[in-house]
Amino acid sequence: MTQPLVEIQNLRVEFPSSSGGYNQAVRGVSMSLGREKLGIVGESGSGKSVTGRALMRLLPEAARVKADKLVFDGVNVLSASERTMRGLRGGRIGLILQDPKYSLNPVMTIGAQIAEAWRAHNKGGKKEALEAALNLLEQVRIRDPRRVLDSYPHEVSGGMGQRVMIAMMLAPNPDMLIADEPTSALDASVQAEILRLIDDLVSARGMGLMLISHDLPLVARFCDRVAVMYAGQVMETLPAQDLHHAEHAYTRGLLDCMPHLSEKRARLPVLNRDPKWLEPRS
Amino acid sequence: MTQTMIEAGKLNVHFGSNHVVHDVSFSVAAGEAFGLVGESGSGKSTVLRCIAGLVDSWDGVLRVDGKQLGHRRDKEFFRQVQMVFQDPYGSLHPRQTIDRILSEPLAVHGIPDAETRITRALEEVALPRTARFRYPHQLSGGQRQRVAIARALIANPSVLLLDEPTSALDVSVQAEVLNLLADLRQARQLTCILVSHNLAVVGHLCGRLAVMQGGRIVEILSEAQLRAGQATHAHTQDLIALSHELEG
Repeated sequence: MTQPLVEIQNLRVEFPSSSGGYNQAVRGVSMSLGREKLGIVGESGSGKSVTGRALMRLLPEAARVKADKLVFDGVNVLSASERTMRGLRGGRIGLILQDPKYSLNPVMTIGAQIAEAWRAHNKGGKKEALEAALNLLEQVRIRDPRRVLDSYPHEVSGGMGQRVMIAMMLAPNPDMLIADEPTSALDASVQAEILRLIDDLVSARGMGLMLISHDLPLVARFCDRVAVMYAGQVMETLPAQDLHHAEHAYTRGLLDCMPHLSEKRARLPVLNRDPKWLEPRS
Repeated sequence: MTQTMIEAGKLNVHFGSNHVVHDVSFSVAAGEAFGLVGESGSGKSTVLRCIAGLVDSWDGVLRVDGKQLGHRRDKEFFRQVQMVFQDPYGSLHPRQTIDRILSEPLAVHGIPDAETRITRALEEVALPRTARFRYPHQLSGGQRQRVAIARALIANPSVLLLDEPTSALDVSVQAEVLNLLADLRQARQLTCILVSHNLAVVGHLCGRLAVMQGGRIVEILSEAQLRAGQATHAHTQDLIALSHELEG
């Protein structure tokens, strides 16, 4: 592996505020991603999703995006044509969102939706596309793929819906997956299943994964590296297995304030936000 | 022996031809916090909504504070039993100020001194005074959940029903809300039922819990048994193992 898949240097994203100025959502984020699993964690509003969206150029037009470098596999995302971007989005980078209820088309059968995704990026007829869809549903371990193929999204459970989303994203054989809170809308047991599935597929296909989540322990279990974000900046990046020995006060605070099954505590420690965390980092 | 506050006996719920809750029985003592855990579709929220009077198609016995509940409840019931929902974005009226939201239960139940009660309610949930004349969209998720808790408590209830009150919040905010709930429960001697899929959250707040699967209670155990992993039913053991696994 010579060159990383994704290189982000000094990414800044601003949104216009109601008072006429700009709110800084991302303030100088740098990270690189090879064919590995990178987790991005932080509270809501920390800029983790915006970072993922910026990489796919999916931010609203009003947003101001600046970066020294924002490159996906040699393509400069900042200056690429809309045509090139269309090839990247869905084609080479797949995006899995939080709630399958909102990201699937409610009036199309699941088979038709996956086939459509397949045909958008592969050459082939309707019949071939449906066969590919069936094969993809098998890959995401749906037990009765033929039945699901003809079902509508409201007829399947949340976990099944998320599997369908993953199948759709795998259709064009992407190099990278961005999973933005892929399991937050699901039960704990289904959560683990879906993440194991993503993990297996990413490893088997040698893809890069960017897993965006607010759940630190979950991310630590499934990723190789974890970047912890606060107020638009990366506080620290560390190997996932070292997360429990994290040194940054913010990471420690996030880990401490969760209730644990293994120990009883009368009160949960509350995160004390240090104003120093807001200062620009070198 | 303390007095029983909430009692369910052979509770059954049907939605059309679907039998979603099967013979659920449990009782909660006054001042106790009781947890209901299970996966989605296990019927835990439905049980809670039956007690709150939000689901009508049930049969069996439900008692609150010694009084048997019918399908129609009186006004006093709706003062005594209050509920906090999962999504603070969905449960507050978007076009009413916090002041209006908090004064409504007072007006409905004819409770005097709205002014002092609202100020005190905001203080109790640690919201700034300035929040009073804001709209819900001007507050953060954690602040909104505090408003929902303040609204539930303002009419001085004795029973608080909590349906996944922290699952839409960040872990840092979850800690603050859980601490707040623990304090309020102690200060006001509230009887609580907490529905959650997160065992650690239930263990933190509740002394006893029931595990539900497929509309049935499969096991009732104490917090100590939960922490020690002394569960007898396979489903409870699975949930505990999973929870430990995710804690890392």
